Amino acid sequence: MTDNSIWDAAQTAFGLLLSGDGELWRTIAISLRVSLIALLIATPLAIWAGYVLATGRFRLRRALIVLLQSMLSFPTVVVGLILYLLFTRRGPLGDLHLLFTQDAMIVGQALIAFPVLAAFTLTAIQGADPRIRETALSLGASRWQAALTLLREVRFGVMASVLNGFGRVISEVGCAMMVGGNIADVTRTIPTAVALETSKGQFAQGIALGTVLLMLALGVNILLSSLQGRGAAR
Amino acid sequence: MTPLLVVENFRKQFGSRALFDIPRLELARGASYVLTGDNGTGKTTLLKALAGLESAEFGAMRYLDRDVSGDVLAELKRDVIYVHQHPYLFDTSVAANIAYGLKLRGIDAKEIMRRVYAAIDWAKLGEFSNTPPQRLSGGEKQRVALARAWVLQAPVMLFDEPTANLDQASRDRVIELIDRAVGENNCVVVACHDHEIINLPRVQRLHLEQGTIRS
Repeated sequence: MTDNSIWDAAQTAFGLLLSGDGELWRTIAISLRVSLIALLIATPLAIWAGYVLATGRFRLRRALIVLLQSMLSFPTVVVGLILYLLFTRRGPLGDLHLLFTQDAMIVGQALIAFPVLAAFTLTAIQGADPRIRETALSLGASRWQAALTLLREVRFGVMASVLNGFGRVISEVGCAMMVGGNIADVTRTIPTAVALETSKGQFAQGIALGTVLLMLALGVNILLSSLQGRGAAR
Repeated sequence: MTPLLVVENFRKQFGSRALFDIPRLELARGASYVLTGDNGTGKTTLLKALAGLESAEFGAMRYLDRDVSGDVLAELKRDVIYVHQHPYLFDTSVAANIAYGLKLRGIDAKEIMRRVYAAIDWAKLGEFSNTPPQRLSGGEKQRVALARAWVLQAPVMLFDEPTANLDQASRDRVIELIDRAVGENNCVVVACHDHEIINLPRVQRLHLEQGTIRS
């Protein structure tokens, strides 16, 4: 592809975005819906897991932390493969008829987001001042109330973990492709659409979608660095 | 004086070394104490163990003439307030910090406001009530922490080296608050090396030495 054709594709891409191309905007909407629901499911569980691993004293704690950190580099396509085998018609969960649905993609993205959210929350809590919990308990907080107070105090770290999780799932291709099937207007997300359009030589559509993805990533990063700036200023 | 809290065979061990092994520690209702002792003798650990923040062994514990277990233990934990040498203030305003313990006790909002303002007056913190804690000096933070403990009117308040590393003016203000808390018939225990606190009137001396308390 020449410089000229990249420029042409970029111009067409912005034209498509501004013209309100239906298929393009539906793909964007599906991406956001799947990623946000997956995050909503994964976030409370991951924060709880991060808190328990950071503050608990129990056997296998170290082993679970190592496992969690290893899961950070787990290929998303392998998550997709495992879910495919579970959800396929002859698989153990075949009766749920989840394969090639948004629900299957949500399950996959929640599993992908979980280790990112839990590991970052764990780090944020491990780095927290031990006096936070002691002060809360001494002032009469129950263990549950002390946990909420601690999470409130490390909220910038926790929010950064959520944004990192969002960054990971919104740009994820492997799992979404395997369990979603890349069906137009149903399970096609921005990254899977970019892969498809590029393979067809439809660079304008691909660049348009890639631009949206980049804008989302930029927005998330701006938010992340402003949160980290606020956290560092405390 | 009526015993408030009695702990027998109070013991803290690290591996094979006993940090302290106190046959009997008695705090009386309305009495105040300074806990002295060299660095590393276990003053902080002892205070934290009394507040339930640090594990320790004890043969028997009685609070308000009742054996400490179950509900009495929960009551004791709520009634004993420990203030760190370098207090942690939550990332809200000074007023919200002082209100924290009151909210946990389910007190209604109007009453919380009234008590918070009383505590702000008590600690002379009026000019800081809406200031973020990170803008306060060490002495101001200590006064907020004392007000946060005082506002709960808890039967037992444990202050850990409240004047350590403070300049003279801040130290004087903190000592004034401690003196007032002592004079209000609370049971206050202050771990310190500060002679001005040690020599406060109405304060009894407990000295931690070689793992035990000498009065």
